[in-house]
Amino acid sequence: MTKLGLALAAVLPVAALAEPSVADWDAVVEQAQGQTVYWNAWGGSTATNDFIAWVGQRVQDDFGITLEHVKLSDTADAVTRVLSEQQAGQTTDGAIDLIWINGANFASMKEAGLLFGPFAEQLPNWAYVDVAGKTVTTDFTVPTEGYESPWAMAQVVFMYDTADAVPLGDMQALLAWAAEHPGRFTYPQPPDFLGTTFLKQALVDLVADPSVLAMPATDDVYAEVTQPLWDWLDALTPNLWRAGAAYPQTGPAQLQLIADNEVDIAISFSPSEASTAIANGLLPDTVRTFVLDKGTIGNASFVAIPFNSGSKAAAMVVANFLLSPEAQAHAQDPNVLGYGTVLAMDALAPADRAAFDRLDLGIATLSPADLGPAQAEPHPSWMTRIAEDWQTRYGQAN
Amino acid sequence: MLRALVLGLLLLPVTAGALGVLAPAFGIFPALGYRSVSLAPFADLLAVPGLTRAVGLSASVGLLATGTSVVGAGLIAGVLAQGRWLNRMARWLSPILAIPHASVAYGVMFLIAPSGIVARLIAPLVGWERPPDLLIVNDPAGLALVFALVCKEVPFLLLMILAALPQVPVRALGIAAGGLGADRLSAWWYVIWPNLYRQIRLPIFLVLAYSMTVVDVALIIGPTVPPTLSVLTVQWMSDPDLSLRMRGAAAAILQSGLVLGAILFWIGLERGLRALGVRAIEQRVRPQLNTLRPIGWFAAGIIGATVITGLVMAAEWSMTQSWMWPDLWPRAGTLGHWQRFAADRDILAETLILALGAATLAVGLALALLERQEDLPNWALYLPLIAPQVAFLPGLQVMMLTFGLRQGIAPVFAAHLVFVFPYVWLTLAGPYRAWDRRFDAVAAGLGAGPWRRFWIVRGPMVLAAILKAWAIGAAVSIGQYLPTLLIGGGRVTTLTTEAVAFAAGGDRRLIGVMTVAQTFAALMPIVIAITVPRRLFRNRRGMLHG
Amino acid sequence: MASTLVLADLSVTLRGRTLFRLSETVRAGEVLTIMGPSGVGKSSLLAAISGNLDPAFSMSGSVNLDGQDITGLPAYRRRIGILMQDDLLFPHLSVGQNLAFGLAAKGSRAQRREIIHAALQDIDLAGFYHRDPASLSGGQRVRVALLRTMLSEPEALLLDEPFSKLDQALRQQIRSYVLARAAGLPTILVTHDPGDASGRVVTLTSRSQAA
Repeated sequence: MTKLGLALAAVLPVAALAEPSVADWDAVVEQAQGQTVYWNAWGGSTATNDFIAWVGQRVQDDFGITLEHVKLSDTADAVTRVLSEQQAGQTTDGAIDLIWINGANFASMKEAGLLFGPFAEQLPNWAYVDVAGKTVTTDFTVPTEGYESPWAMAQVVFMYDTADAVPLGDMQALLAWAAEHPGRFTYPQPPDFLGTTFLKQALVDLVADPSVLAMPATDDVYAEVTQPLWDWLDALTPNLWRAGAAYPQTGPAQLQLIADNEVDIAISFSPSEASTAIANGLLPDTVRTFVLDKGTIGNASFVAIPFNSGSKAAAMVVANFLLSPEAQAHAQDPNVLGYGTVLAMDALAPADRAAFDRLDLGIATLSPADLGPAQAEPHPSWMTRIAEDWQTRYGQAN
Repeated sequence: MLRALVLGLLLLPVTAGALGVLAPAFGIFPALGYRSVSLAPFADLLAVPGLTRAVGLSASVGLLATGTSVVGAGLIAGVLAQGRWLNRMARWLSPILAIPHASVAYGVMFLIAPSGIVARLIAPLVGWERPPDLLIVNDPAGLALVFALVCKEVPFLLLMILAALPQVPVRALGIAAGGLGADRLSAWWYVIWPNLYRQIRLPIFLVLAYSMTVVDVALIIGPTVPPTLSVLTVQWMSDPDLSLRMRGAAAAILQSGLVLGAILFWIGLERGLRALGVRAIEQRVRPQLNTLRPIGWFAAGIIGATVITGLVMAAEWSMTQSWMWPDLWPRAGTLGHWQRFAADRDILAETLILALGAATLAVGLALALLERQEDLPNWALYLPLIAPQVAFLPGLQVMMLTFGLRQGIAPVFAAHLVFVFPYVWLTLAGPYRAWDRRFDAVAAGLGAGPWRRFWIVRGPMVLAAILKAWAIGAAVSIGQYLPTLLIGGGRVTTLTTEAVAFAAGGDRRLIGVMTVAQTFAALMPIVIAITVPRRLFRNRRGMLHG
Repeated sequence: MASTLVLADLSVTLRGRTLFRLSETVRAGEVLTIMGPSGVGKSSLLAAISGNLDPAFSMSGSVNLDGQDITGLPAYRRRIGILMQDDLLFPHLSVGQNLAFGLAAKGSRAQRREIIHAALQDIDLAGFYHRDPASLSGGQRVRVALLRTMLSEPEALLLDEPFSKLDQALRQQIRSYVLARAAGLPTILVTHDPGDASGRVVTLTSRSQAA
């Protein structure tokens, strides 16, 4: 039995098809035919799940690829999986073929050599990508170097219920509003992705000179730079929902709180999330969105391929399909997903561009002009340290 | 041979898992280049802010939930044992037991959250325009978590008490104590209970270990600042910063030590209470505990009402399009969530294949052992149940991969079997052995060979017990979260992994669908197990009590 | 039909303690009554003869039926019918199905049914084929149990206090009924009631254990 296993293990890598080369795209498409792609993506939202199911149908029809959505409650579960496989020496046909990833998860997988690539910038549809105008080649300041392929843009907005609140221009205004309306604002609990995003947004808005945040957080500057954030949080926390003794665990959990009239303002990383949620009954139709006067931070969502995927060709075809004008326009439709496109409109054929122009962005979505330019993400080291300190200061209710 | 195989099935995964977690806990993690033994992961763990609180929470939640459940189950059984109610209730216990923990937690949440149905009912009376800003669920002390656990563990302990009752001369003891002047409930607590307790001790340890280390229920309704140690452990085990796996491994070991410590503490508590009870008897105190009877009824009522209303609320949410505060009823309904669910047949198929397959195989193994009159030691049966899943499953995952067991449904099936088999055995062995072997002798005297005796005599006569064990096994499989997630590598999706995935999104409508689907899937086998023998033997009075 | 049951130096031992040692020959139509206080090993004796001895006991000597050594045979091949103090009718089967269970597997389905109907008529229980055994009276049940045993055509009969649970009035009636039916078979009757005894009587005592 063991001998047989060893023999098989010795034969398999040879027997398996050679690594697909993205340069020969026709060969990639041919090899992808009949492969199954296990796409590990966050599964907590109907809208995303439906969009992924749609992608699955399309790549099945066009390329004969079977797409299985593995619904994660936390992207880190997938990272764990690939790591375990690497530890166990499973270098072929791992459990995961494609991950919806960004930020710290990407940084740690790239650093540990758990990713396949570079492939992204050789994808045929890369030609449409807005490399100049959108942050698609860095992920939280970490260069992507072709190890992940962007598929959606995200930018911080604040949802507010017009029945109970007004747009606010900066974080100090938010603090003042909370003091007047105690118990009616909260944010997802770090280390949740959106929770740390909220802290970053607050930091970017509160520091005098945000340029220091592009550099790694060294001991010399960290305490001084973050002091305004801690002062601000100390003042805010007593006026939070549940006085900060409990927090929503994720972004979408805030939607329920607004629907239940428990809170009136909530952060979102998707400019059209509110419109989509109103459309499918999750939010009251009195909800609108605002951004801060100085702007808000934004970044891209990516897909990456683990080093030991057995369906790399098909995974690349899916990544490329996600960059197609058809998929991008579908994703931007607020009735579907409402995610911002990563494509440059002027790179598209007129017919494709028209598809984007036809989209009704939804009643609660700001126009691209109102949304304004995205602020840069701080270096990941800031986020790591701030999340840790938040834990010490606020993560253990007294 | 077969016995060795089953013992291996029960013990190997725990042992392998423990070994798999030991190495990283002591600093060895080759994938990240750590190759020498060190205590750094433990030092790192101890430095985590809020760790003391998280550890304290795990201990207090576990002990409080277990203590309340034991007292509650004992009180309810004592009150009900005085009438015909106990046997009537017995029929309802197995179904309640089959409802997955996550479903009960969601049900409790729908009910008692500040925006839950109870608050909505009160709101117009007291003029709440908004849900009260009260810490009712996710409270830092974990009381909501304790309540959800108690709702689930009281029925379990009641069932264990019912199973143990025939081995205690309840009537005789009750009459004897009554003659000495104790009222009925006092007779129950002072005379019958101590005899009963011995029989349900291991199940109580099981409840204690489970309550201390539960992950899914704690994620849904437990405290968050900080969460319990088990939730922290899972967070570290799945953190993007891969070096945190070592801290997680150290936490897993701390977790095991904590469970062991709690069990020792509990044993001390048992001694103390026994001494107190003996002293009360020696001092000829004539306790009149019958005044406590209403509390027993009240407890049974609250638990029953909570579980049932919670599920009704889940069903209502599952058909909701839009439901805002303070409406008592959804503004718009839809079957869309169910249609979407029905379109994804894989989930239901995989859940049922796993559950029915694992339960059937476990029943087959148990029957084969019982037919050979083999026995299994209790400690081996309880080890996989008491050992915290968060402590050994990550290690097991690595081990399985190392030995070439690929992800997919087969390893998950094996992992489920580890947890399903003990419950099947514990449900089946008693009734099977209680079967009158003289029937076997008579049948053999009539010239029937072993197969004929099994299929025509013994099998049908213990069919009710076999089906019940099978149904409980299936329900256990359906409720498994961590084994499916970790061993399946995400490629195996069941109703439970979906339910917890939706928890992250907080969309109550999807949670409602999953809660109802999960409950329904777990209840179907038990309904079959109860109705099939009844129908089959409806004209056979001699089979009714069997 | 003319079989003989021979127990040759048959002894049963539990944890090194010999319960009894016995050599007896029971001819066809003869009844051997075994008496003695409880715990002396009467039931173990019957279990040893019928092949149902618990593995905790060990036995030596041999059991011969009709000249054939059946000591090593499994219970169901020994052709020895047993009747215990409880009727032990299978509760999930009807009266008729209980009888059919022991009936030798020959003849068509209809023929076998016919045999059972006739046999039920024989014991004054005509029309009881589909009845639930639990609905029968004590006396009726003993009769069905005996009939079930006889229909399996045993070559020897073991009776383990089969009358002890019947009331006095019924007891004599059933007893003579059973013994009449058993005529022609070597029969061993175990009882602790001298009133039940019949034929040759052997008393197992604690003294006999010393051997």
